[in-house]
Amino acid sequence: MAKIELKINGKQHSFDVEDRTLLVNLIRDHAQLTGTHVGCDTSQCGACTVHMNGAAVKSCTVLAGQANGADITTIEGMAKGDKLHPVQQAFTECHALQCGFCTPGMIMAVSGFLKDNPKPTDEEIYRGLEGNLCRCTGYINIVKAVKQAAVAMSK
Amino acid sequence: MRTFSYVKATSLKQVGELLAANADAKLLAGGMTLIPTMKARLAQPSHLIDIAGIAELSGIEVKDGKLTIGAATKHVEVAKSAVVKKAIPALAYLASHIGDPQVRNRGTIGGSLANNDPAADYPSAALSLNATIVTSKREIAADDFFQGMFTTALEAGEVVVKIVFPVPAKAAYEKFPHPASGYAMAGSFVSQHGKNVVRVAITGAGPGVFRWKDAEAALGKKLAAASVEGLSVDATDLNEDMHGTKEYRANLAKVMTKRAVAKLAVTAAASKSGGK
Repeated sequence: MAKIELKINGKQHSFDVEDRTLLVNLIRDHAQLTGTHVGCDTSQCGACTVHMNGAAVKSCTVLAGQANGADITTIEGMAKGDKLHPVQQAFTECHALQCGFCTPGMIMAVSGFLKDNPKPTDEEIYRGLEGNLCRCTGYINIVKAVKQAAVAMSK
Repeated sequence: MRTFSYVKATSLKQVGELLAANADAKLLAGGMTLIPTMKARLAQPSHLIDIAGIAELSGIEVKDGKLTIGAATKHVEVAKSAVVKKAIPALAYLASHIGDPQVRNRGTIGGSLANNDPAADYPSAALSLNATIVTSKREIAADDFFQGMFTTALEAGEVVVKIVFPVPAKAAYEKFPHPASGYAMAGSFVSQHGKNVVRVAITGAGPGVFRWKDAEAALGKKLAAASVEGLSVDATDLNEDMHGTKEYRANLAKVMTKRAVAKLAVTAAASKSGGK
């Protein structure tokens, strides 16, 4: 067992968990934030993407111990009160989801790479989304939403 | 995953002690391969020793014509590093094309080299650039380090500390990624050292990274894609699976080499004209 202390969406948490606990399980089962999804559990689909110290990571492939002391942001931490994050807003307006299962991970991945590349080309958007799969194959509207979010965030 | 004990190490000395005391311990850096491997129960270590935060394993610097990168340096750090981009732009390019963004935010150069996945990108750079892998015990030349599928010269208890790359005159990397997995079906890292020495390392096509010496000899005489035209990679020992035959991969290795050589010329012309 290990004591894990970390910040999730600005709030300090402390958990006693088994050493083999994954960050995604810590977030979902211990912090009770179930917006972060487990899709493939093999670090391919990206549904579990969260930000760890500002960088997008697949939380199914990070141990809770590796996240000890980290600052985590999940999908629940993106909106400011009633105001959606620009990426969330763009996904809503562009209808960039069908079943919605991949959406939390998509939004965390997109907000991650827009920080590095605020004005991505189409090619750069495709590459930025390489770590996320949408099994409804709704990529056209997702790419549209990324472009709209990029414009909204550069204002 | 089976149970294990997680230990966050703070120094190489501590890592050495932990490895000596626990025969079934494994080192954890980014965990991008090890954690999925453990989930699949293909590895069941008793201890995971997290080396990601050890200061001795970090840092990027250029000195006396050599680029040194700490083993725990993440792919994203190599990809974005102004120092790497200036010294060996092909290495920054390679790092920016490993896996996906989330993987690049966690995976490390030392982990990639120590794992020696047959389709990994970094081994081709280390082998082509004639890098030296500096470990907690000794220095290992890349030519001796890579020993086939998931096998290296590393001994039990030995830790990769840093990688020293001689800065080449020119270098370029081209790969053909599998469209679903992103792993290289074949990748070729071509580098020129001095005037006549060219080293070509092929990844993805065989059971481990290897040098294509016929191409090296031909390119050493004339550094042009046409020099490779009449040559072929020996397909005998290459990988064959549902994604491609040995012969397909042999041809792909040649095509990637030609593309890398063509890219060398473009890069060289751009740097002469003062462009990027």
